[in-house]
Amino acid sequence: MTAPIIDIQNMTKTYSLGGEVVKALQNVSLQIEKGEFLAIVGPSGSGKSTFMNMIGCLDRPDSGRYFLDGKEIGKMSDNELAVVRNEKIGFIFQNFNLLSRLTALENVELPLLYRGTKAKERKNMAYECLEKVGLADRAHHLPSQLSGGQQQRVAIARALVGNPPILLADEPTGALDSKTSQEIINMMKNLNEQGHTIIIITHDWEVAKQAKRIVRIQDGCLSESRGDFVGIPSID
Amino acid sequence: MGFLQSIKMALRSIQGNKLRSFLTMLGIIIGVSSVIVLISIGQGTSEAVTNQINRLGTNLLTVNVMDTDVVKLTQENIEKFQKIEGVKAIAPVVSGRVVAKNGNTSTQVALMGTTAPYQTVRDAQVSQGRFLSDIDVEYRQKIVVLGANTAQTLFGMDNPIGKYVQINGTSFKVVGVLASKGGSLGQNGDDVMVMPLSTAQRVIKTTNIQTLYIQGKSADQLDQVMGLVQRVLMNMFPNHQDSYSVFNQKDLMDTMSSVTNTMTMMLGGIAGISLLVGGIGIMNIMLVSVSERTREIGIRKAIGAKRRDILLQFLIEAIVLSSLGGIVGIMLGFAGGKLLAAMAGITISYSFSVSLIAFFFSLVVGVVFGVFPASKAAKLDPIQALRYE
Repeated sequence: MTAPIIDIQNMTKTYSLGGEVVKALQNVSLQIEKGEFLAIVGPSGSGKSTFMNMIGCLDRPDSGRYFLDGKEIGKMSDNELAVVRNEKIGFIFQNFNLLSRLTALENVELPLLYRGTKAKERKNMAYECLEKVGLADRAHHLPSQLSGGQQQRVAIARALVGNPPILLADEPTGALDSKTSQEIINMMKNLNEQGHTIIIITHDWEVAKQAKRIVRIQDGCLSESRGDFVGIPSID
Repeated sequence: MGFLQSIKMALRSIQGNKLRSFLTMLGIIIGVSSVIVLISIGQGTSEAVTNQINRLGTNLLTVNVMDTDVVKLTQENIEKFQKIEGVKAIAPVVSGRVVAKNGNTSTQVALMGTTAPYQTVRDAQVSQGRFLSDIDVEYRQKIVVLGANTAQTLFGMDNPIGKYVQINGTSFKVVGVLASKGGSLGQNGDDVMVMPLSTAQRVIKTTNIQTLYIQGKSADQLDQVMGLVQRVLMNMFPNHQDSYSVFNQKDLMDTMSSVTNTMTMMLGGIAGISLLVGGIGIMNIMLVSVSERTREIGIRKAIGAKRRDILLQFLIEAIVLSSLGGIVGIMLGFAGGKLLAAMAGITISYSFSVSLIAFFFSLVVGVVFGVFPASKAAKLDPIQALRYE
């Protein structure tokens, strides 16, 4: 068996909020193999966001170890983390987080810009990704000229363009209606079939149960349930 | 990220906020253009003064005799000055005030009796007729060369050449009219009348030469020549150093240029302050821009922008703002200077180096006042920035 792409061991993170110490993560361990489709579910305040920041290399744990693709994240500098985010992780956010002044194509180009890819190559790659999400004809539209679903597809294209091994989606359907949500989920399933490792963080059971593997997070602790989900109440 | 790409991005965000960007630039525009206009005026004035002094004659030493009773300069003993190395020409002058008449018109003028070299020594051009010649001096000819104003007063629009003026009852033939020099430093060079030295000595009844103009061959030698002139005078009139003075035109020039330079510096300094204020305006706007775009910074960081990338982005934006302001300011400064010159009749002198310095100063202002907001942006925590509403 190959080494897991994500290997989290005994991760702990606390931070103080208004003088109160919050234990956001307590001894969390998680291994994710390449090609998995994982959903992390939990109510708000469960430490979900902190966990996603950790996986996304936006933050460093207080203790514990985190290996991403064989490299330990905890010991990296801010600049090294930026490189890891750029190359290993594709972010998909709840509210899309596209830059409003840039066109769809330019938004998709952005990760490559920070990677230092040449302009022409950048444009071609961005265009290909927009084609993949079916928005090639909207390449020169501004985000404000696109519907929510289209914006999220642009965001997916942006996450895909750098060809990262992991796609990290934080409530990707949170701002969309159920029909569009299903489209986005289907698109993710598709991408997973093409070999992308996908991690979805959500509190929506309908979304979570379409993943191949579900991890629950509650009060900073992780628990895993496999197989039959029948009988497990909705978390909402 | 490429440098060109950063500039493109900066231009884009400047375009996105046109009015605000323009107002920010306005500070720099006003600063740079006022630096250019004020320094142009300063330098123009300095040049005008230099020209005026030079019009009195180049490489000029003036020996003024205060006490003609003890310091008696005569045609004979001034020959010694001619022999000093580095001396090109000398022109002795006797002067007095006389009343000149033409028919019923009369005017009081400064009469100067001198020799032919006066023309080159004092750079006296004639607009009509001729200047004095050696022969006039030798034969004590009763001729005069009129200053521009004198000719105007006595003859009006008529051509005075060949006509006569009366001085103390004697007729003098007008052979020439001096070109107008304009007044400078309290002297009016046009209210004069020039006649041969020997003739003038008779008219004003004195043989004493009050002024001796000595022209040096070059500006470098002038100090040396001045020393030699002083030594000759000391030998000629021992113990009477207080009765004459030797005056170097370069000293005057140096004094004047130090005055005008101080003025230029002062004007430039005042304008520089406005440039500084413009810089603070840039910093202010950049700080606003950073907090407005916190979310954008968060997104950029999340998808892999390093600190350096964010720092560069905002720094370049500040620099582009300030240098655009600088360019517009230079153009406005040139136009403003031209307008001022045309309307107020002020001499202005543009200098390429000053424009360059003003431009670079605006760049530096952009860097200095852009660094703080840019580093603030670069240091933002991506998690906090992403959460920012």
